[in-house]
Amino acid sequence: MKTLRQRNTRDNLMVGLLYASTILVLTPLVIIIGYVIVNGISTISIEFFTQELGSPSRAMQGRPTGLVHTILGTLVVDSMALIMAAPLGLGAGIMLSEYPDHKLNPLLRVMNDTLNGMPAILKGLLAFALVVKPMGAFSGLAGGVALAFVMIPIIARATESALMTIPWSIREAGLAIGLPRWRVVLSTVMPAARTGLVTGFLIAFARAAGEAAPLMFTSFGNNYLPNRWTGMIFGPVDTLPQRLYSLAISPYKEWHAMGWAAGVVLLVFVLGLFFTGRVLTRQKFKV
Amino acid sequence: MNNPGDENQGSTGISAIRMEARNLTVKYGTVTGVKNISMPVYNEKATALIGPSGCGKTTFLRALNRMHDLTRNAVISGEVLLDGNDIYHPKVNPVVIRRKIGMVFQKPTPFPTMSIFDNVVAGLKLVGIRDKNLLNEVCERALRQAALWDEVKDRLTSAGGSISGGQQQRLSIARALAIDPEVILMDEPTSSLDPRSSSKIEELIHELKEKYAIVIVTHNMQQAARVSDHTAFFYLGELIEFGPTEQLFTNPAHQRTEEYLTGKFG
Repeated sequence: MKTLRQRNTRDNLMVGLLYASTILVLTPLVIIIGYVIVNGISTISIEFFTQELGSPSRAMQGRPTGLVHTILGTLVVDSMALIMAAPLGLGAGIMLSEYPDHKLNPLLRVMNDTLNGMPAILKGLLAFALVVKPMGAFSGLAGGVALAFVMIPIIARATESALMTIPWSIREAGLAIGLPRWRVVLSTVMPAARTGLVTGFLIAFARAAGEAAPLMFTSFGNNYLPNRWTGMIFGPVDTLPQRLYSLAISPYKEWHAMGWAAGVVLLVFVLGLFFTGRVLTRQKFKV
Repeated sequence: MNNPGDENQGSTGISAIRMEARNLTVKYGTVTGVKNISMPVYNEKATALIGPSGCGKTTFLRALNRMHDLTRNAVISGEVLLDGNDIYHPKVNPVVIRRKIGMVFQKPTPFPTMSIFDNVVAGLKLVGIRDKNLLNEVCERALRQAALWDEVKDRLTSAGGSISGGQQQRLSIARALAIDPEVILMDEPTSSLDPRSSSKIEELIHELKEKYAIVIVTHNMQQAARVSDHTAFFYLGELIEFGPTEQLFTNPAHQRTEEYLTGKFG
């Protein structure tokens, strides 16, 4: 029979261990964020957001240089990916949540989980075969396709989760007024789950924004802004993670500095998206 | 079509018996919900289904508008006739059935993202009816029928969830009335409401039963006595007794019925 004091000591020990492990988990995150910001913040300037990269001599000669084409490129490629991935991801999520007895569902679930676990570089390879080779050129479109493969399983999972939080009574109410099932899902269930659905898009966008490998040989990279906006779809495009890599392995210290700054922008962008998603889906306490 | 009760044509020329269950059995896997139920539902009258918890009254109610179609291993045998036609016939579209047989649930569930107006006309708007004049007309008619018009007519655009529980339940009733059903099923409509709202709903039932056939499940015997013309007593999945309310309550034919009514169990 343990005494009260012994139990209290053990209790405090456990709480202490929990605090310690929390700190342990957060430490790498804090270190990464801190290290990137400390190294990159000094290179952030107006030029950074308004100038193209150009050739290495531009940076070495101190002429204005920046990554505006990279930031825009990231937004364009990721948006294209989202446009392609959203219908497929939503469709899969709806199927899994609303028609759970459908005989295709086990297969759908396995395929979704497999796609999710597949290394992103292989998705890039698929996009290379499907888009780059027939087109004969690297393009933002190919990058979008590669990232769409990354986004689809994320959106599907988030959609299924979001729809499953909507109580059955809403669907019942819709069916009871003689609405067909697809109409009930589209017009009563999905609007009710819209916050969760949007968060799924945000998380997928954030994930895709951080992918470098699949873009190396699909959108490939570009040191300049294209002449026409269509150049971002049909020609090579620069994206943040891929550009970060290129700058980091280059032999120019000015470019290294820009790489750190790219890291800061990417970090802020991704953290911002994740944070927004968390805020949107926080539990609102019912009074 | 010769139906029993054809002789007693109601004022609308429709047979006095609007719906009829014939040997209806509902099973979930190996569990039997209701067994071999045969009973009529009279037009322009209210029929109450009473009985202790788990006796099958809600299972029976849901079989009347094919809500069990959505339950995984539900197996229905027997017939449910609406104006003489079996609603479970393979060629019948359940969506069409549910437009003719409306249902109101225990917990009011206005569609959370829609306004009061959109909630009421959801049954029309969401099947493609866009005529603004028609929608306005239907909305007013349904809300008046549900005795809610005066209370919400100035805020039809506010959210469906912004009104009180009792008002939300009347909104659910208006939503069901908007599609102009022939029968209205109510599953314990006042269980989650306060006494004042409950009595408003009961008044409403008195008005509605002049035009529609109503079937109401209630665990409140006194409510059944107050609002219904006929009562069916269910016990352990079987229909023990069915008859005119006054008769069943004052002079029940079966001992079980009497025991339930006098509170010996349930």
